[in-house]
Formats: sequence, structure tokens, C-alpha cells
Amino acid sequence: MTYVQKPKLRIELQLIAKMIDSGSRVLDVGCGDGALLDYLNYEKNVDGRGIELSSDGVNACVSSGLSVIQGDADQDLDDYPNQAFDYAILGQTLQATREPHNVLMNLVRIGKRAVISFPNFGYWRIRASLMFIGKMPQTEALSYNWYDTPNIHFCTITDFIVLCDSLGIEIENGIALDRVGRTREIGRSGMFFANLRGEQAIFLLKKS
Amino acid sequence: MVTKDIGKEAILGVDTPFILDCGVQLSNLKQAYQTYGKLNYDKTNAILVCHALSGDQFAGDTNPISGKPGWWHLLIGPGKVLDTDRYFIICPNILGGCMGSTGPKEINADTGECWGLQFPGITISDMVRAQALLLDLLEIEKLFCVIGGSMGGMQILEWAVSFPDRVFAAVPIATASHHSAQNIAFHEVGRQAIMADQYWKNGDYLKYDCYPQRGLAIARMIAHITYMSEPALQNKFGRRLQNREEITFGFEADFQVESYLRYQGSTFVDRFDANSYLYITRAMDYFDLAERHGGGVLAEAFREVKARFCVISFTSDWLYQTAESRIIVKALNAVAANVSFAEINSDKGHDAFLLEEPEFWRVLSGFIEGAADKYGLTKK
Repeated sequence: MTYVQKPKLRIELQLIAKMIDSGSRVLDVGCGDGALLDYLNYEKNVDGRGIELSSDGVNACVSSGLSVIQGDADQDLDDYPNQAFDYAILGQTLQATREPHNVLMNLVRIGKRAVISFPNFGYWRIRASLMFIGKMPQTEALSYNWYDTPNIHFCTITDFIVLCDSLGIEIENGIALDRVGRTREIGRSGMFFANLRGEQAIFLLKKS
Repeated sequence: MVTKDIGKEAILGVDTPFILDCGVQLSNLKQAYQTYGKLNYDKTNAILVCHALSGDQFAGDTNPISGKPGWWHLLIGPGKVLDTDRYFIICPNILGGCMGSTGPKEINADTGECWGLQFPGITISDMVRAQALLLDLLEIEKLFCVIGGSMGGMQILEWAVSFPDRVFAAVPIATASHHSAQNIAFHEVGRQAIMADQYWKNGDYLKYDCYPQRGLAIARMIAHITYMSEPALQNKFGRRLQNREEITFGFEADFQVESYLRYQGSTFVDRFDANSYLYITRAMDYFDLAERHGGGVLAEAFREVKARFCVISFTSDWLYQTAESRIIVKALNAVAANVSFAEINSDKGHDAFLLEEPEFWRVLSGFIEGAADKYGLTKK
């Protein structure tokens, strides 16, 4: 089996991949074109599956030999049994779900651990945009207009941590990723700066 | 044993009779089949192709009866999606069929006459268990892949559930885990058309040397409509007239679509047995995977499956709709089975799986390639 050199993974996906143990069973919810799954398959020999909303994404994934189904995080996670996977991954999709809290609960139910990444709405440029320009923020990562965005449930890193607490979800690891790819551990101390400087956040969760 | 007309043939149930679901025991039943490509030394490269209602074992080469290319010649061949340079493809004619396998038009050894309606009722499971015996004879313990569309897809599901250790990858295409009321209804109209034909003779037409051509042709015409989509019919024919400038105010085939259906009906009767049509449609109607294997719960039926699945549906297929495929996928997810599911955008209706659909081929070929990799089948 040879791994053909592919374009490098987005840094956020690399950070997610780092959290995944080799040889584990992985469900990637919102797997897009399958870049992460493909990487995990070959680099970490995982038993990987994916769910993707767009049929173009699904067909691209299946065409490249990945096990992916067409479906969405809000509707299709209920089908899976408890603890069916070692990791349930949700990358850059939480903010586009209808019921993020239910999706989160499902992820920590289906996976022994869940890995979540999302754009941080507490990021200083977003705050500044609202404060000084007075318009809904548009950044490179969030390029939609307010009226046509699929992202309907934004949150900040602090919001997310509060939600996890209230759902009884334990945060094992949290990383804030800034615009130029520098990372910062999200701990109880330094939260203010993580929430301010992090453009994206990545969390490793489990049901407590 | 090889005969020119029907390809290869195996005799099953020689030592112990084959017991059908209905309880009847059949001895020495004939299982006709075709193969393409070469079985490798380890016997690990076998792909079983299961045909649909009106199909037969001639999936990849010219059909000796119709003279037309095999029904899946677009997919089977050197360098094609089902690459005969790499895989050994087996396509059996189903039990109850009319291309050499034991069925109603064959001679009943006990009476020396054609079975006709004396032929016992058959099920999808019967067909699959007969295929398993064929594989025993070919000494193939495990299939790399089982694949089929429509009724072929039902056999694929049955295979994966009944023989979990003998299937590595399963591809049910444009199919369902049970026949819907609408599908049963369409079949019933087709059967009634056959049985209403005066030449059907209560199934004994072969004895009387006649044939229920009209009835079978009508059954085929009805079925053919269900295989196409409204847009496909519209694009192909619209309201265009057939070889005439004006409507005739009569009942000749004024419209092209009428002429086309009549042609489909008339060519079908040349190659298909009317009683086979009755028995096979019945087997499809009776198919209910959840009921048979899961106490009514489909996920329970899938509890022991080991195969990697690739479920495929087509957007314009209204006979076996995407919703039916989703039911299968949901149940497979419920037992955390390894499943891929792709809905292919097509306006060709149910028949899309037989036609040129590059997106479908890409998905299928990617899945098979990925599965071959996991199964340790190295590329040539």
C-alpha cells in the first residue's frame, strides 16, 4: 500500500489528526472531500467512515475509496449505536448545525471521544469588525454574507466551554489556532487571550 | 459441462436435494452461468454479478438469443470498472429463470413434461442459496465482491446477510430491502396481463404449442415505463408522432413512445418465458429482508454482516427510490457496519444502472479499488 503524496493538510486538520490514535475507528462528520479521512487512513491506519452533506463531496470520497455516506449531522447521527467509534470528528461544521447541543451529545455518545473544531466568534478581528464597522463580520474563514450563510449558530470559545459544562461533557484538550497557524492551549488560565486571539478552536471531548 | 447455447452449467443438489423456502425439494437442479476473466491462484478475485428481473447470465458478452451485447457490457471487460484482467466475474442465471437454469419452462424429471405452474414458488433466498452451491462447486470460499442492481441488489443484500463470511464487499444498486406495495401492484398488473392472455392456458402453453405473447408483451410494457423517468421519456419522445405528420384518430401507434413500448414488448417475448416472469416477480414481491432475518427490524437483519457496503441509488429512479436505499443505509449504520452511500444524479430512471453514467462508474470503480486494496488484491 503506498500513500501518494497529496496536498498538505490544512493546519487545523493536522491538529485534529494529531489527537487521533493510530489504528482507531473514526467517524468524520462533515468530511468534505475526505482529505482528513484519507490522511488518517494512510498515515494512522484508522478504520475511517464519513458523513457528508454535499453529494459532490460524497461521490468524490467514495470514488477515492473512502467509506462515506450522504447525510447530515442533525439528522443522521441518531442512527449510530453508542460508542461505535473511538473518535467522532466534527470539523468546521458545528456552527452550521440546527441543534449544536444535540449534535455534540450525539458525538460524545457515538465516539468514545469527540474532536470538534469551529471558527471562534470571539476572535478579535470579528469583535473589531462588529465594533468599528458595525457590520456582520466577514473574514477569510467566514466569507459569507449574513443573509446567505449556512453558519447559523456561531459561538465563542467561552460559549463552547460553558455549553460543554452544562451538557456534562469533559474537555480533555483544547487548542486555539491563530491566523498565522500558531497554537495556544486553552486552559482555565489565559482563557481571555485564547478567546481573543484564536481564529479557530479545536477540542478533544468525552462524556464525563 | 459446456453447451453452446447457454454458456456454462452446473448441476446442484445431486447428493442431497436442494430445499426451497416453500418446502419443496429439488434434485439435480441446473444452474446456468457465465464467467469472465480468470480466477487467481488463491481464488480471492471472484466477483459475483447478480442479474435483475429480465436479465440473464450474459452480463458481459453477446447474448446468444437476442444477439445484443450483454446487459452490463459497459461495466464488464478488460480495463473496465469490473476489470476482467483483474477479477474473475461470475454471473449466474437465477433459479426460476429461463436461460438454462431450472425454471418453469424446463422439464420436470418426475413427469417428463415442462414444469409450467407445477414449478414450486421460489424466493430471492432460494436463488442466492443455489448460487452459494455453485460457488462450492467452483471451490470459491469467499467472494471479493457481490454486485447487482434492482432484483440483483436484493440478491446482494441476501448474500451479505445469509453468508456474512463469504462476502468481502457488497454493492446493492437501485434496490430495496423489501418490495413496496406500489412495486407489488405493478407486478400484479403484469402478471394479470399474462394470465389474461388466451394462449397462456393456465401456464401450459408449451404443451399446447402456443405462447401468451400479447400478455407478456403488455407486462413488459408496463414494467418498462417504471424503469424510465418522466424526463427521460420526455427527452426521448416528447409528444412526437411516429412516422406520420398528423394524428390518425385511431389506435395505431401514433406517438413514438407507443411505438417504442410496443417494440420493447415484442422483443422481450422472443427471449423470455412468461411463466418465469410470473415466478420471478413473485419472488421479488415476497422479498423482505427485515422480516426474514431480523424479526421485522432491518438493523437486526444486518447484525452479523461483515461486508463493506456501497449502496447506490439514482435521483430519478421512482421504482426503487433513494429513500429505499437510505433505509438500508440507516439500518447498516445502526449496527456500525462499513457502508458508503452515493446518490447519483441522473435523469435515466431506474435503468440508469444499466446505462452510460460516468459518475456512477467513477463511484463504483473507486469503491471497488478501495475494497481491493483492503482485501490485499494488488493492482496488475
